[in-house]
Amino acid sequence: MVERRGLGNLVAHLVLLAGIAIVVFPVYIAFLASTNEPTVIVNGQMGFVPGGHLLENYRQALFVGTSSTTRAPVGTMMWNSLVMALCIAIGKIAISILSAFAVVYFRFPLRMAAFWLIFLTLMLPIEVRIYPTYKVVADLGLLDTYAGLTLPVIASATATLLFRQFFMTVPDELLEASKIDGAGPLKFFVDTLLPLSMTSIAAMFVIQFIYGWNQYLWPLLITTRDDMQTIVIGIRKMLVTQDALTEWQLAMATAILAMLPPVLVVLCMQRLFVKGLVETEK
Amino acid sequence: MEKRAVFGNKLLPYVLLGPQLAVTVIFFYLPAAQAVKQSFFIEDAFGTTSSFVGFENYRDLLVQPEYFHAVVTTIIFAVAVAGLSLGLALLLAVQADKQIRGAGAYKTLLILPYAVAAAVAAALWLFMLQPSLGILAKVLRNAGISWNPLLDGNDAMLLVILAASWKQVSYNFLFFLAGLQAIPKSLLEAAAIDAARPMRRFWTIIFPLLSPTAFFLIVVNIVYVFFESFSIIDPVTHGGPAAATTTLVFKVYNDGKIGGDLGGSAAQSVILMVIVIALTAVQFRYVERKVHY
Repeated sequence: MVERRGLGNLVAHLVLLAGIAIVVFPVYIAFLASTNEPTVIVNGQMGFVPGGHLLENYRQALFVGTSSTTRAPVGTMMWNSLVMALCIAIGKIAISILSAFAVVYFRFPLRMAAFWLIFLTLMLPIEVRIYPTYKVVADLGLLDTYAGLTLPVIASATATLLFRQFFMTVPDELLEASKIDGAGPLKFFVDTLLPLSMTSIAAMFVIQFIYGWNQYLWPLLITTRDDMQTIVIGIRKMLVTQDALTEWQLAMATAILAMLPPVLVVLCMQRLFVKGLVETEK
Repeated sequence: MEKRAVFGNKLLPYVLLGPQLAVTVIFFYLPAAQAVKQSFFIEDAFGTTSSFVGFENYRDLLVQPEYFHAVVTTIIFAVAVAGLSLGLALLLAVQADKQIRGAGAYKTLLILPYAVAAAVAAALWLFMLQPSLGILAKVLRNAGISWNPLLDGNDAMLLVILAASWKQVSYNFLFFLAGLQAIPKSLLEAAAIDAARPMRRFWTIIFPLLSPTAFFLIVVNIVYVFFESFSIIDPVTHGGPAAATTTLVFKVYNDGKIGGDLGGSAAQSVILMVIVIALTAVQFRYVERKVHY
């Protein structure tokens, strides 16, 4: 900018540092709790440096679990969350890229009807149809299964729209060249379209992995077995309203463990994450 | 816009569309239709007989004081979270857009809460504000402020608003930053040469050019608060104390789960669907406008 920088930049640094303090403080407090003994936490004597029980608490959370509220170790929960997040991300991308390919590169009766059928699901988020969806899943015998956890969340208009939009920008000449070379639709899809779509796919994957890992309402409804719980649901069960029962050191260790994978994904793939987020909302 | 060159296969497109259409019909349209149908029926307690009652479920719902209360709670929650997180995000984005040392690191840290599950964010804030052992609760107590979100409805509301806003700031920050970066620097420099001070430049150039982003974010935030808020409210307050944090989505969940009032719960679902359709329509009208921008 044009004018002297000194004071304006100082204000900027102070405001941003305050913002970061607000972001980091709750996480740091949770980390402190995960390194302390329960008695220290319950008596409100926690200091601002980590306690000496880090390994012990994380070991207990990961391999044993809490003694009263969740009967499964957090390790199992993390595995369930990972399977769910991967199934949702990969499943969404797979079915949407195929349907976008069909809608863009073929002319067939009912093409627009199919497109609108998919598009309108934007208006039916899972929250407005929880019990009827639950009943469908129960009737299919999918309660407490990975299929039941992921299938109802997999159909997504946003991913289809994103891929459709991207395919529209792919030059027609590429298709014409492939046709001259005698390539059929599937060969064109695999050899030309997929390699071109890799960045979009990766960006979509980052967003959908986070979305899948953080699912709450749906897993809460359809999992009842302890060994099918996801980590986010595990935390909910650890927060007991009667304070005396909440094992805070384990609940906060679990919170840290629940944050770790999606935060790492954002940190390592920040550029893809920003691209995915901005594009899916267009 | 349509493609000029296409494939001529007859059967293949249906095969390609198959998986998505199957999932969509089975898990979206069937349940949604079921909800609409159920909302016009009353089932007996054992689910053996059901009789058509027209709009009675809706009428019962709309005269219920609890329903009205949930509507008010939802509006308060939505306005508070949207206002708090948008205001804070705009402030941070304007600062982070300046060319300062370490801007990249600031940005990275500020977008991290987006990756944190809403329920986990709620757990973090509950731990800090838990009346007997929370660190912030202790500060409040020492300052002579009575604080107990487990018993006091207003305190509980404040707790869930803080947790929801904490998570939502990063999302809004990212979009404000993208909007700011799209503003031509030449405009700002021209204004600076005309001796417009930073505050004046903000209100006469940046703010108007940012308004499409802001409007988009307001709509998205309201939708977010409507639906995602469930995962903040449920783990921490369970809609309580005394239904002080029961929003519309929480009520659908709760009434169907505990009450077994399927007709009433379905009627609530249908009303929510109508609200989403209205909000989505607003959002798309706006997206249309942005194309001309």
